[in-house]
Amino acid sequence: MAAVLESLLREEVSVAAAVRWIARSAQSSEDDPGEAAALSPLRPLRKEFVPFLLNFLREQSSRVLPQGPPTPAKAPGSSAALPGRPGGPPRGSRGARSQLFPPTQLPSPAAEVPSARRGGRRRGPGPARERGGRGPAGLEEGAGGEGLPWAASRRPRGSGSPGSPSLARSDPPNLSNLEEFPPVGSVPLGPAGTKPSRRINPTPVSEERSLSKPKTCFTSPPINCVPSSQPSVLDTSPWGHGLPPGCRSLQEEREMLRKERSKQLQQSPTPACPTPESGSPLPSRIGNLTAEPADPAGVSSHRRLELVALIYSSCLAENLVPNLFLELFFILQLLTARRMVAVKDSDLEPSPGALDSLESPLFQSVHDCVFFAVQVLEHQFQVLSCLDKGTLKLLAENERLLCFSPALQGRLQAAYESSVAKVSLAMPPSAQAVSFQPETDNRANFSSDRAFHTFKKQRDVFYEVLREWEDHHEQPGWDFEKGLGSRIRAMMGQLSAACSHSHFVRLFQKQLLQMCQSPGGAGGPVLGEAPDVLSMLGADKLGRLRRLQERLVAPQSSGGPCPPPTFPGCQGFFRDFILSASSFQFNQHLMDSLSLKIRELNGLALPQPEPSDEDGESDVDWQGERRQFAVVLLSLRLLAKFLGFVAFLPYRGPEPPPTRELQDSILALRSQVPPALDVLALLQQGLRARRAVLTVPWLVEFLSLADHIVPMLDYYRSVFTLLLHLHRSLVLSKEGEGEMCFLNKLLLLAVLGWLFQIPTVPEDLFFLEEGQLEAFEVDTVASEHGLDGMPVVDQHLLYTCCPYIGELRKLLASWVSGSSARSGGFVRKITPTTTTSLGAQPPRTTQGLQAQLAQAFFHNQPPSLRRTVEFVAERIGSNCVKHIKATLVADLVRQAESLLQEQLVMQGQEGGDPAQLLESLCSQLCPHGAQALTQGREFCQKKSPGAVRALLPEETPAAVLSSAEHIAVGLATEKACAWLSANITALIRREVKAAVSRLLRAQGPEPAARGERRGCSRACEHHAPLPSHLISEIKDVLSLAAGPRDPEEGVSPEHLEQLLGQLGQMLQCRQFLCPPAEQHLAKCSVELASLLVADQIPVLGPPAQHQLDRGQARRLLHMLLSLWKDNFQVPVPLQLLLSPRNVGLLADTRPREWDLLLFLLRELVEKGLMGQTEIEACLGSLREAQWPGDFSEELATLFNLFLAEPHVPEPQLRACELVQPNRGTVLAQS
Amino acid sequence: MILTKAQYDEIAQCLVSVPPTRQSLRKLKQRFPSQSQATLLSIFSQEYQKHIKRTHAKHHTSEAIESYYQRYLNGVGKNGAAPVLLELANEVDYAPSLMARIILERFLQEHEETPPSKSVINSMLRDPSQIPDGVLANQVYQCVVNDCCYGPLVDCIKHAIGHEHEVLLRDLLLEKNLSFLDEDQLRAKGYDKTPDFILQVPVAVEGHIIHWIESKASFGDECSHHAYLHDQFWSYWNRDYQIATETTCNTYPGKLSICFPNLEVWARLSHLLVRIYPGAGL
Repeated sequence: MAAVLESLLREEVSVAAAVRWIARSAQSSEDDPGEAAALSPLRPLRKEFVPFLLNFLREQSSRVLPQGPPTPAKAPGSSAALPGRPGGPPRGSRGARSQLFPPTQLPSPAAEVPSARRGGRRRGPGPARERGGRGPAGLEEGAGGEGLPWAASRRPRGSGSPGSPSLARSDPPNLSNLEEFPPVGSVPLGPAGTKPSRRINPTPVSEERSLSKPKTCFTSPPINCVPSSQPSVLDTSPWGHGLPPGCRSLQEEREMLRKERSKQLQQSPTPACPTPESGSPLPSRIGNLTAEPADPAGVSSHRRLELVALIYSSCLAENLVPNLFLELFFILQLLTARRMVAVKDSDLEPSPGALDSLESPLFQSVHDCVFFAVQVLEHQFQVLSCLDKGTLKLLAENERLLCFSPALQGRLQAAYESSVAKVSLAMPPSAQAVSFQPETDNRANFSSDRAFHTFKKQRDVFYEVLREWEDHHEQPGWDFEKGLGSRIRAMMGQLSAACSHSHFVRLFQKQLLQMCQSPGGAGGPVLGEAPDVLSMLGADKLGRLRRLQERLVAPQSSGGPCPPPTFPGCQGFFRDFILSASSFQFNQHLMDSLSLKIRELNGLALPQPEPSDEDGESDVDWQGERRQFAVVLLSLRLLAKFLGFVAFLPYRGPEPPPTRELQDSILALRSQVPPALDVLALLQQGLRARRAVLTVPWLVEFLSLADHIVPMLDYYRSVFTLLLHLHRSLVLSKEGEGEMCFLNKLLLLAVLGWLFQIPTVPEDLFFLEEGQLEAFEVDTVASEHGLDGMPVVDQHLLYTCCPYIGELRKLLASWVSGSSARSGGFVRKITPTTTTSLGAQPPRTTQGLQAQLAQAFFHNQPPSLRRTVEFVAERIGSNCVKHIKATLVADLVRQAESLLQEQLVMQGQEGGDPAQLLESLCSQLCPHGAQALTQGREFCQKKSPGAVRALLPEETPAAVLSSAEHIAVGLATEKACAWLSANITALIRREVKAAVSRLLRAQGPEPAARGERRGCSRACEHHAPLPSHLISEIKDVLSLAAGPRDPEEGVSPEHLEQLLGQLGQMLQCRQFLCPPAEQHLAKCSVELASLLVADQIPVLGPPAQHQLDRGQARRLLHMLLSLWKDNFQVPVPLQLLLSPRNVGLLADTRPREWDLLLFLLRELVEKGLMGQTEIEACLGSLREAQWPGDFSEELATLFNLFLAEPHVPEPQLRACELVQPNRGTVLAQS
Repeated sequence: MILTKAQYDEIAQCLVSVPPTRQSLRKLKQRFPSQSQATLLSIFSQEYQKHIKRTHAKHHTSEAIESYYQRYLNGVGKNGAAPVLLELANEVDYAPSLMARIILERFLQEHEETPPSKSVINSMLRDPSQIPDGVLANQVYQCVVNDCCYGPLVDCIKHAIGHEHEVLLRDLLLEKNLSFLDEDQLRAKGYDKTPDFILQVPVAVEGHIIHWIESKASFGDECSHHAYLHDQFWSYWNRDYQIATETTCNTYPGKLSICFPNLEVWARLSHLLVRIYPGAGL
C-alpha cells in the first residue's frame, strides 16, 4: 500500500490512473502502460488502498489533533496475506506501528472476538490478522500503519511523538479511550510522563465523546465491553449491562460511574439538556490552547501534499470512502488544528529524497495541515456549497482559508451570499392527542360493548401515561420503568382480544407519528394528522421567537460526526413504552401495523411538480411539494426505525456472539426466519422506479437498529450489497440526464455513510464487498418521472435527517469562538431585532393566541376543512401577488414611462445617464409600493371567503364557515403581504428598469422604422408572392447577367415585367415583409436598373436579338421608378446607379448607349427621388475614377448633357430620344 | 408534401460535391421535378453547408490562402473579365462567396495599413462597389450572385423565409382560434429562451400533444434536428415549457401537416414539437 502511495508521490503513476486502479478492477485502456506496469503487481492490494490511505492520514495527523474527538472510521486493516512487493527492496526496520496490534498480546480472552467476527464473516481460513500484521513486511514500512485498523486507540501518538517507536511498540496508549485518558480540559498532551495525573482527573465523561466512536470495537481498548452511555438502544435495554468476564477492573468501575452519570443526563431528551460539563467533543475543549497561526509560506512540501490531497479527493469523489461527511469533518479538524505537538528537531529536518517517499511525516506543521485541508476543500467545493448557510458563513470567514486560498474563499463567500439554506435544529413539537377517528374508533369496529369500552379506557390511560412522562421525564431521578412500568403492563393486560390490540396499536402509531414527526415537516395533508399550526401560521415574529428558543435549547452536539442510532425526545417515550410493556402481542401487532404503513407511504404517489408559471412565484408551489415529500420521508424514517427496533428486539445484544461455532448455529437458525418486512424487494423496487431518495433513508433507519447477526444473513447481506452498489454509484460530480439531483445524492451518501459506521454493521463490509459489487447490476428502468431526478431534498431536510452534518458547523464555530468559549460550543450573541416590515402587526401575544385558536379549531374539524382552507389561502395569496403585479405595478411602470418621456424631451436627445435616470425614477415610484399591502389585503379579504364557501360542503354550519373564511383570509393576507413587503420594491425596480431600457432602446436606432408603417388594406388577402421568392428570382436575373451563363440561358422581357409587377404587389401587401428583406430588394432593384441601363440582361428569344429593345427597357425602368417612388418604405440606394461599378457596365457594351441612363437620371430628378445636385455630385466623383480614355470623354459629355438640360419637360425628352441614336453614334465615334 | 427518407437520401446523394450554382440547382430541379424549388434549395443548402463545415479549415490555412490569391492575381492578369474567382472556387470545391471573402480579405491586407475589420468586409460583400479595385469588385459580385448557398443575398433569403413562415404560422393559429403567446410577449415576461409560440391551451395533432411551436423554416434533416434539439429545444425543455419533440412538417402557404420521423432521440421526449418547413420534411 505504501508502495502505491509512494509511487504516486514520485509521480510514477498519475492520480487519475491510481483512482481508476482503485475504483475498477479491470484495467482500463486509458491507462498508460508504464503506470499499469507499476500498479499491476500490487493488484491483490487494490481494495486495501483506501483504508490504508485513510489510516495513513489519520496517523499522520495524530500529532495535530491530539485532543480533538477521534475521527472514527471504519477502515479495517489489511488482512489478506500479501506477497512482498516485487522489486521493492524490503526496508530495514519494519514500521513500529505494524506491531501495534499484535493479536498475541491481547491479554483477555475476549480479545479474540473481533478476529473471530471477522473470520466468521469472511469465512476465511483462520486468524487472518496475524498474517495481516506481518505479511506485507516490505510494504508497510514508513507509514507502516496499514496493518491496523485506524482507531485512534492504535495511534502511536500517545507518547507525543511518532518518533519514539519504543513506546509505541510495546503498548500503545489509547488516547481515545476515555477510561484511560479522560479528557483533561486545557492541558495539552505532553510527553508520556504526565499520564498518571490524568487518570484521576474527575472530569465527567462527556456523552458526546463516547458517541463519537460509534465503532466501539475499534475505538476503545481491546474489547468493547462497555455499552455506550448515550441514550441508545443498547444501553438502556435490560440486557445492556452484561459485561463479559475479563473486564472487571478499574475500567468497569469507571464505566459504572459513567453510566450512572449519563443516566441522569439521558433521562431528559437529549436535545433539550446540554450539561455544561459535557461540552462539545470539539477542539473548543482545549479552549485556552491558543491556535498557532498558519502561514502558506511555512508549508513544507507543496507538491507532496497536493498529490496526497488529490488522491484523497479523488477517492472522495468516487465514493471510495465509507463516509463522506466523516472525511469532511476530519478535513475541517485539520483546517482548525490549533497546534502541533512538539517533535524532535531531527524529525523535522527533511532528509534528502524524503520528499517523495513516506519517510518523513506528511504533516510537519500546522501549516501543512491547513494547506492539505484547503487543498481538499477546494476539490470538495461542490459539496461545501450545498451545506447550510451557517456553515458556509463560518467557512467563508475562516481566516486560514482566506490566507491559503483566497479563490476558494471567494467562491464560498459567493455561495454563502446566494445560499438560502438556513437550517436550524428545531425543537420537537409539543404533544397533542390524536383526535377521535370516527371511521375507525366507533363501536361498529369492536367485537363487543365491553371491548369498545375497554379501548376507550385504555386510550385514557395511555394519554395519562404520556402526560405523566411529559411532566416528569426531565426530572432527575425519575425512572420510566419505575414510574410507569406497572401501569403500562396493567393496561396491556386488559387488551385481551386481538382486535383490541390492533386498535391500540393504531392509536399508538398515530400518536408516535404525531409527536415525533420531526419539526422540519409541518404535517402535510397526506397523513391526516394535526401538524403544528403554529408553524403553518408561521408569522415572522413567531419564526423569530422559535429560532431564539431553538438556540437556547439546541444541543451543543448531537454526538460527533457519526452518532449511533438514538431515540431523542418523544421517541424515548415510545421506545420505553414498548420495553416496559414487554408484550408479545403488542409487539407483533405493532410490527404488522408499522410494516403496512411503511408499505403504504413508500408506495405513495408523490405529486409531480407542476410546470412552472412565470417567475419565482412557482417556488411557493414547489415548496409545498417538497414539504410533502419531507413529511412522507420523515414519517417513513420514524416508522422504519421503530419497526427495526421491535423486529430486532428479541435478538439484540451488546456484542456479537463470542465464538464461531455459536455464530454459525445462530446463523443457521436465523436464516430461516422470514424478514419482518421484505426490505430487499422494496429496495429493488425503489431503485428500479428511481425512488431511492425515498426508500433508502428509511431503510437505513431500519437497518441501523439491526443486531450483530443481521448483516451476516444472506438476505440482509444482499440488501447491504445493493446499498453499497448504490453508494458507489452516487458520484456527486456526475450530472446530467437521468442523474439524481445533487442534494438527493448528498442525502443518500450521508445516511449510507452513517449506516456504514453503525456498530452493528461489520467494519470491513464496506471494503470487502467489492468483488460482489462488480457482478451486481441493478436494472434501473429509466422511468422518466422518478423522484430521484427531482429536487425534493433541500438543506433543511438533509440536516433534519442527518443532524450529524451539523457537526461540521459546530467544529468551525468552536474554532471561531476559540479560547473564549471554554464551555465548549459556539457562543453567539443573540440580538433580537424588531422587524421593519411595512405593515403593522397585532401584538405577539394576540397573534400567538389566535394561532392556537386556529389550531384548536382545525383539530375538531375534518381534515378536509383544513386542507381546503390552506389551499384557498395559498392560491388566493399567490393570485393576490399576480394581481398586484398586473395592476399596481403595471400602473407604476406606465407612470415611469411617461416620466421618462418627459425627461427625455426636457433633456434633449441624449437624455443623460440611464443609470441615473433609473435611480431617480425608482426613488419617485418605489414609495408607492406601500399601497401594495393595502391593496393586497383588500384583495384577499374580497376573494377568500367566496372560494372557501364554494369549496366547503353546503351543510357546513355558519359559525364553522365563517371561522374558516376568517382563517383563510388571514393566511392568504399573511402570505401575500409577507411576499409583497419583502419583494415589492425589488419588483417595481425590476419592471421599471425593463421599461426604461425598452424605451431607451426604442429611442435609439431606427425611429423611422418604428414610425408609420403602412400595412396592406384590410381587404387584402395576402396573395402576393413572398419576399423570399422575389429576392431569389431577382438574384437569378442578376446572376444571369453577371455570368457566366450557358448559351441557352436568358430571361424573357415578359418575365421581367411580371417580376416587377409582383414586386409591386408584394410591396403593397407587406404582410410577409421584414425590413432586411425590403432593404435587399431595394438594392437589387437598383442593380436591376443598372443592368437595364447598360443593356446587360440576356434576353431569351430569337438569336438575332439578345437584347431588350429600347421601349421594353424604358417600360421596365418606368416600373422601377414608380416602385421606388411609391412602394418602397426603406431608403433605396439610388446613388448606386452612379457607382463606378455600375456605370462601368456601360463600358463593356458596344456600341455604348447612354440615352437610357440620361433618361433615368432625369426621371429621378423629376420624380424627386434624387436631387439635381446629388446627381451632379455623383457624376463629378465618377470622373475621378480611372476609365479608358474614350469612356471618360463620353462620360464628360453625358455630364454636360445632363447639366445642359436641367429640367427637361416631357416633349423635349421625346425629342432627345429621337436624336438619341445619332448622339450615341456620335459619342461612340468621338 | 412529405418526403420519404428514401427520396431524401436520393436527393442528398445527387448533391455530393456539386458546386452551389444556379446551374446545379437547375439540374436538380430537372432531376426531381416533383419537388418544389424551396425544398430542393433547402436540402441543397444544408447538404452543402455540411460539406463546407467539413472542409472549411483546409481553405483557411495561410498556404491555401496565399496560393488562391496568387492564382486569382494570375487569372485576372490574363483576363480581368473572365470569371476567375468563381472558377477558382468551383475548382477547389469551395463556396464562391466564401472564396470571395478570402481573396477580399487578403487583398485588403495587402492594400491597407490596418487589417480589415469584419464589418468592413461584410459591408463590401454586400455592396461590392465599395471595393476599391474595380476588377475585384466585379469578381466578388459575380461570386456572390452566383452562390446559392452562401453570401449576403442567400442569408437575406433565409431570413426572409424564416420571417414569412412565422407570419404564416401566426395566421394559421389565429385562423384556427388557438390562443398563444408569441416570442415578443414571452420576452416581455422575462423568458430568456423562448420558442416562437407557446400555446396557452395545448392541442392534439395526430395523437400528439403540442404545447409549443417553433418554426425553423428549413428542411428538417436528421442533422439539423439534432443541432436544433441541442441548441434550442432542450433549453425550452429545461425551462419546463413542458414540451419538445420531433416532427417535421410541411406547410406551404396555409397547410399544416405533420409527420413523425422514427428517430431514436425523439423517443425520449413525451411531447411534441412542430417544426414548420418551407418544403417537405422527413
